[in-house]
Amino acid sequence: MSKRNSWLNRCLTPKTGLPIQVIWSASGLAWVLLIGMWALLSYGGVVPAMFLPTPGAVLEAALRLSRDGTLGPHVWASVEVVMVGFIISSLVAVPIGLLMGSFRVVQAFLEPLVNFIRYLPVTSFVPLFILWIGIGLEQRVSVIIFGVFFQQLVMIADVSKGVSKDLVNASYTLGSNRMDAVLHVIAPASLPGVLDTLRVTMGWAWTYLVVAELVAASSGLGYLSLKAMRGFQVDVIFLAIAVIGLLGLVTDQLFRLLRLKVAAWAQ
Amino acid sequence: MGSVTATSPRLVTPMSIAPSAAPRLRVDSVSLQYKTPSGGTFTALEKVSFEVPDQQFAVLVGPSGCGKSSLLYLTAGLAEPTSGDIYVGGQLVDGPGADRGMVFQSYTLFPWLTVRKNIEFGLKRRGIAAAERRETVDYYLNEVGLLKFADNYSKQLSGGMMQRVAIARALANDPQILLMDEPFGALDSQTRLQMQQLLLKVWENTKKTVLFVTHDIDEAILLGDRIFVMGARPGRIKEVLDVPIGRPRNLDMVMDPGFIRMKREIFHLLHDGPQDHQAG
Repeated sequence: MSKRNSWLNRCLTPKTGLPIQVIWSASGLAWVLLIGMWALLSYGGVVPAMFLPTPGAVLEAALRLSRDGTLGPHVWASVEVVMVGFIISSLVAVPIGLLMGSFRVVQAFLEPLVNFIRYLPVTSFVPLFILWIGIGLEQRVSVIIFGVFFQQLVMIADVSKGVSKDLVNASYTLGSNRMDAVLHVIAPASLPGVLDTLRVTMGWAWTYLVVAELVAASSGLGYLSLKAMRGFQVDVIFLAIAVIGLLGLVTDQLFRLLRLKVAAWAQ
Repeated sequence: MGSVTATSPRLVTPMSIAPSAAPRLRVDSVSLQYKTPSGGTFTALEKVSFEVPDQQFAVLVGPSGCGKSSLLYLTAGLAEPTSGDIYVGGQLVDGPGADRGMVFQSYTLFPWLTVRKNIEFGLKRRGIAAAERRETVDYYLNEVGLLKFADNYSKQLSGGMMQRVAIARALANDPQILLMDEPFGALDSQTRLQMQQLLLKVWENTKKTVLFVTHDIDEAILLGDRIFVMGARPGRIKEVLDVPIGRPRNLDMVMDPGFIRMKREIFHLLHDGPQDHQAG
């Protein structure tokens, strides 16, 4: 019995829980391996420093750019664009998505169009947006909205479509009208799924942000790394990537906490 | 007569006002047909007529596919008959409403609301003031023995507890009639017995008119005043039986000779003669 319960054995058994220490160790190990491999390749001189900076060099770049005050504004510029684009997109996509999943006619009206647009590569619209809107903040925000909105719409429609008809029927027998059923049954029942959708699409928003910034911007982390490429500052490129990754990690955790807080009933 | 509030609490907005002469529920020549995917028509119910007087516990019992659940959905107004009319309290059923409370076979508690808020749901929709809501909810929580669980969410409740909340939630609206669609069908047999006992007690206290659907003969006799035995293909009422057992009832009565005689009679009604297809 003791053997069957050993953590090593549990690690190798599908769908089996593990002590928290083992889980943290496994998560930590991935980072140790990644950074260790990086250190080996860079400090060991396997890859020339021109292409792969050492971890120390990236840290130095971080300190340098923080001290001379250039990193902060670039980070803020990116965060601002992501937030504005993501919030506008979500504010429109959530209600329309809920309606799409609740009313067959709304679905029939929007679905073919949305599915057509959804598969158009966002990058191919960047030149068009520059032509129409210029290279200001609005252009980058538009790219994010275009990249995220239609995906959100389809995913949220799916979530609200999955709400049990029995729940809606139960609310009717309790005196709900159709408006009540949408506002007081379908909407709250969809909340956990909607938050999951937002969490996933937030990651995509960051991707489209960097795409937009690489093409046309005068600030932001994508711009920073493009400028660094021109000056062969590979350490700064790495810094920009690491900062985007960290910001992604933070927003993801914030969404996880938000879901735990407002949809605790679904855990 | 005409009032069920004698043993109920001081109830908000009495919805159960009806002329005492009219039956509480009248199903008049109701048929229900579906188009099948293969292009044919399936007759779920064919010219079904019956009445349920005020304060009666009526049970629909029958095999799968006899249309007993469909009859409940039609009465609730969640579906429309192909022909025929249904009257509740003298009013033609035209769409769902709070005057016909329903307990479903599946668990239909709103998981984002606490037990209290679930029971309050209908009262809130009807604009009842907070103090009155609280009083009504407390009364029915006490009836189903869940006062201590008022602030729990449904994920913290067992199946039996969820159905008790669902009963309290439907009763809190003080409906004209309580529709119950195999409410204990998903429960294990021990819990099922407890729930039957609880429902008997709640019924003694409220004397609510009930239309109860089950395929369990024991449950039908134990709970019902009158049993409508249904047959399938097409769905119809084969026989109407009055249960010759007095009230208040308890679980021991399943051993009474009268109970067993009735059980045998219903068993033969369901299983003899031209065989109904039990599938589907």
